[in-house]
Amino acid sequence: MGASTYAASLPFKSVALDGLSAIYHGASGATHVVAEPVPQILEALGGDTLTLAELLARLGADYDLDDDAEAGLSARLDELVALGLVIAR
Amino acid sequence: MRHSTTVTIGPRTFRIGSDWRAPVDAVDALYRDYPAPASLIPDYTVRLEAAKFARRLIRPSVAICGDYTLPEAVPQSLAHGLISAEMAMNLQMALGERRFLLLHASSVEKGGKVLIMTGESGSGKSTLSALLASRGWRFMGDEFALIDPLTGDVCPFPRPISLKNEAIGVMRGMLPATRFGPLQADTAKGDICHLIPDDAAIAAMHNPAPPALILFPAYGLPCDIRPVGKSEAFVRLTQASTNYTALGEAGFDALARLVKNVPIGAIDYPDTDTALALVDELWAALP
Repeated sequence: MGASTYAASLPFKSVALDGLSAIYHGASGATHVVAEPVPQILEALGGDTLTLAELLARLGADYDLDDDAEAGLSARLDELVALGLVIAR
Repeated sequence: MRHSTTVTIGPRTFRIGSDWRAPVDAVDALYRDYPAPASLIPDYTVRLEAAKFARRLIRPSVAICGDYTLPEAVPQSLAHGLISAEMAMNLQMALGERRFLLLHASSVEKGGKVLIMTGESGSGKSTLSALLASRGWRFMGDEFALIDPLTGDVCPFPRPISLKNEAIGVMRGMLPATRFGPLQADTAKGDICHLIPDDAAIAAMHNPAPPALILFPAYGLPCDIRPVGKSEAFVRLTQASTNYTALGEAGFDALARLVKNVPIGAIDYPDTDTALALVDELWAALP
């Protein structure tokens, strides 16, 4: 069963470089170099705790999403949880 | 420690102590042109001790000790005591420094702006910094570029330049013999000879300047200038830094600022004349 809510692990800093972004994760002290849509997901989460549907709606307000966006977003969130950048509950 | 001396290079003061007089005398000779330390309280202490008690007298063997050590460091012959001292000073900075972001890079300044050259051993960054210094640039360092997280500036750390093998002959043909330390032959890195920075570099060793260009030189390849993406440069510079992780958020901020604000490129060169021409070309093209 998937997690019901997601929150960014704060604090973090994101700096856009060229196609990629560097993210400093305060809780671990680790630096991650990531591609889209990771910075956009973290920005959309902000300081909130959101369900997948709520996060999808927030991203949909700013970006054109594909029909299979929900599955893609779920997969990206699983990766971010594994990295420690997102906390799932 | 039976024998000791204290030297200041840029923002850092080192106390170097030894069981033997020779390495301390060699350090004093190499740093004879540097001003006396303003304070005898060192930032770092280096100790060159006998690897074992008997090794103080019989086939003397130097163990590198100090505030920060590497347990697997191999003791060296006393004949290479000066190199041991220089290595130990590098080690203190690499492992202990927290005030500045350290990049394993050389740096030179002209017109108030700094060129940073970083690359692996053999890339030619030391030799190029020495050659540029002989052509009117201010030498700021050949081992570590010290990035100030508060200002983004490069802080000078103009230690004597560690010339290796062919580079020794090239520079000896250009500069007076008084600028060179003793030849240390058959070290782990081949022949090594230190080139003492010129008076202007030493006199300005407390004057930082902003970075204007970062180059990744590579020796032994056909002449080429290649762009380096910001994200690639960011990752390569984290690898070139000895204390990026230890600095945490301050290191991230300093490196992100450097990479975002400063033009970055890679130069491949088959010989030093080509490298100098490439540097001139890229420097002239800066805004």
